[in-house]
Amino acid sequence: MKHLIPEFERMKARFPAGFDSSLVLPCLHRIQADRGFVADEDIVGLCEYLKVPRIQVEEVLSYYTMLRREGIGKTHLQVCRNIACSMRGAEDVIEHACKRLGVKPGQTTADGKFTLSTVECLGSCGTAPVLMVNDAYHENMTLEKLDALIAGLS
Amino acid sequence: MPGRQLIMNFEVTPASHTLADYRARGGYETLVKALGMAPADITKEVTASGLLGHGGAAFPVGRKWGVMKPNPGEIHYLCANADEGEPGTFKDRWILEHAPHLLVESMLITSYALGVRHAFVYIRGEFDLPYRRIQGAIDEAYAAGLLGKPVPGSDFALDIVVYRGAGSYVCGEASGLITSIEGRKPYPRNRPPRLTVKGLFQKPTVINNVESLANITGIIRMGAEEFRKVGTAKSPGTQLISISGHIAKPGVYEVEYGYSWAKFLDEDCGGMLHGAKMKCVVPGGISTKVLTRPEIENLTLSHESVNPAGSGLGSGGMIVIAEGTCMVRLLQVLLRFYHHESCGQCTPCREGMGWMHRIIDRIVAGEGVPDDIERLYAISHANDGTTICGMGDAAGFATVGILNKFRDEFEYWIANKRSKMDGRLECRA
Repeated sequence: MKHLIPEFERMKARFPAGFDSSLVLPCLHRIQADRGFVADEDIVGLCEYLKVPRIQVEEVLSYYTMLRREGIGKTHLQVCRNIACSMRGAEDVIEHACKRLGVKPGQTTADGKFTLSTVECLGSCGTAPVLMVNDAYHENMTLEKLDALIAGLS
Repeated sequence: MPGRQLIMNFEVTPASHTLADYRARGGYETLVKALGMAPADITKEVTASGLLGHGGAAFPVGRKWGVMKPNPGEIHYLCANADEGEPGTFKDRWILEHAPHLLVESMLITSYALGVRHAFVYIRGEFDLPYRRIQGAIDEAYAAGLLGKPVPGSDFALDIVVYRGAGSYVCGEASGLITSIEGRKPYPRNRPPRLTVKGLFQKPTVINNVESLANITGIIRMGAEEFRKVGTAKSPGTQLISISGHIAKPGVYEVEYGYSWAKFLDEDCGGMLHGAKMKCVVPGGISTKVLTRPEIENLTLSHESVNPAGSGLGSGGMIVIAEGTCMVRLLQVLLRFYHHESCGQCTPCREGMGWMHRIIDRIVAGEGVPDDIERLYAISHANDGTTICGMGDAAGFATVGILNKFRDEFEYWIANKRSKMDGRLECRA
């Protein structure tokens, strides 16, 4: 993470003075975007840089669902399974994705190309069902669109 | 169009979110007007407008602001709550994506009124395009000299930081939100003290929903009196309703308070999907109680009409449910969600959500026992008012709302080990 410190400094400059503790989450976001997950050495480095206790970083890391301690597949497919999406076919989308990729939710394909996850409401209920391909929303999902998506990324 | 529009009152184009387009619509002219007023007069105007919060609780915005007694030299903070996570709700996303400068201008005006030097936009981590849009608008505002240094012609300056969450429903709760900004896991806090007395890093903090804030510019531009001419006496203005589920035309609609609910569904939203019959509707996010079609037939979309029916407009996340939908499976989805999102701080919620989730899973697996229905009621009631934040209560409201109206479906599944409806949540053609 040391190479990210100049970026962290620029982030810090946007916050009011004395808000170093607030930088834990933004820094973890940045580290994860860089490495794909947060490693032990990142935790140690971040604690030293922000002068916060290790427990605080561990607590944040283990609480938020978007933060990871381990790497995942190249493409992260996250399918919403909450109420509005379920009412518009999310269960079929999840089943189809599992079959097509040969994995269960939470698993990564053997070739390391895809990780499939199910998530709760993504705030896209009007264009349900929705899934995320890494950071991007793909709305009004159909089985055909899903096939095309996976084929394009394989 | 369901009545007059105050926020969605411009044509969305590929450039309508930019500073140039916003200025062409009269953007940032209200800021100049506001900076010519005394800060206290802005709060007075907002209070007089009767604006009700749009995050779910419909708390009067002016009353929340009124608790802050801005003293020069003291630190106060403002947070825009853009952690939109109540299932069924996706209206703040519309503002962030299409009218980000409206939020920025409103935050400037609000900060001037409340003596705020640093403000935050707390946005949920999954929102990628909305994040890029609001950060883009803020960057444009910095470049134009509206943020970061005194606004030309005044000595008022503001900095806005966009703070991204990382996947947690509880962060939408105001005190959970500020705990998250403090760099810790978002445990909500007991009140008192109110957050307007001791909030972010123990400083007085106002946390307003994005849509609530987005109304501020309009209120100051047209004045409270004109604003009150829109909507009803008890529900002034408009509400963004995000509608989803088994409806022909889902999406975000700006509805003037007092508009006929049935007309909104049947005409504006194109009626039911595939011409189905309507079974019930979740009015404002899953934490509000479901109402059946006959119950809403003569209601209007206003707090004074919906609240006496035993529910509320909440966050405006309306979910329409067609006949034939299995309410047992539906509750299973809701309870799985609440269990997943319980932060674990308070015992009744931490244990109760898991317990309810296990019961509903057991019923769906065909292993339910007749006592399970009463047990769901008992856990819902045990949660009511015994937790720091409202999540435990909300899960109970949702559960009791469904059990009261569709108890027969639960009894049927327990007795027959299968759904009374065929177990589906979809509405097929």
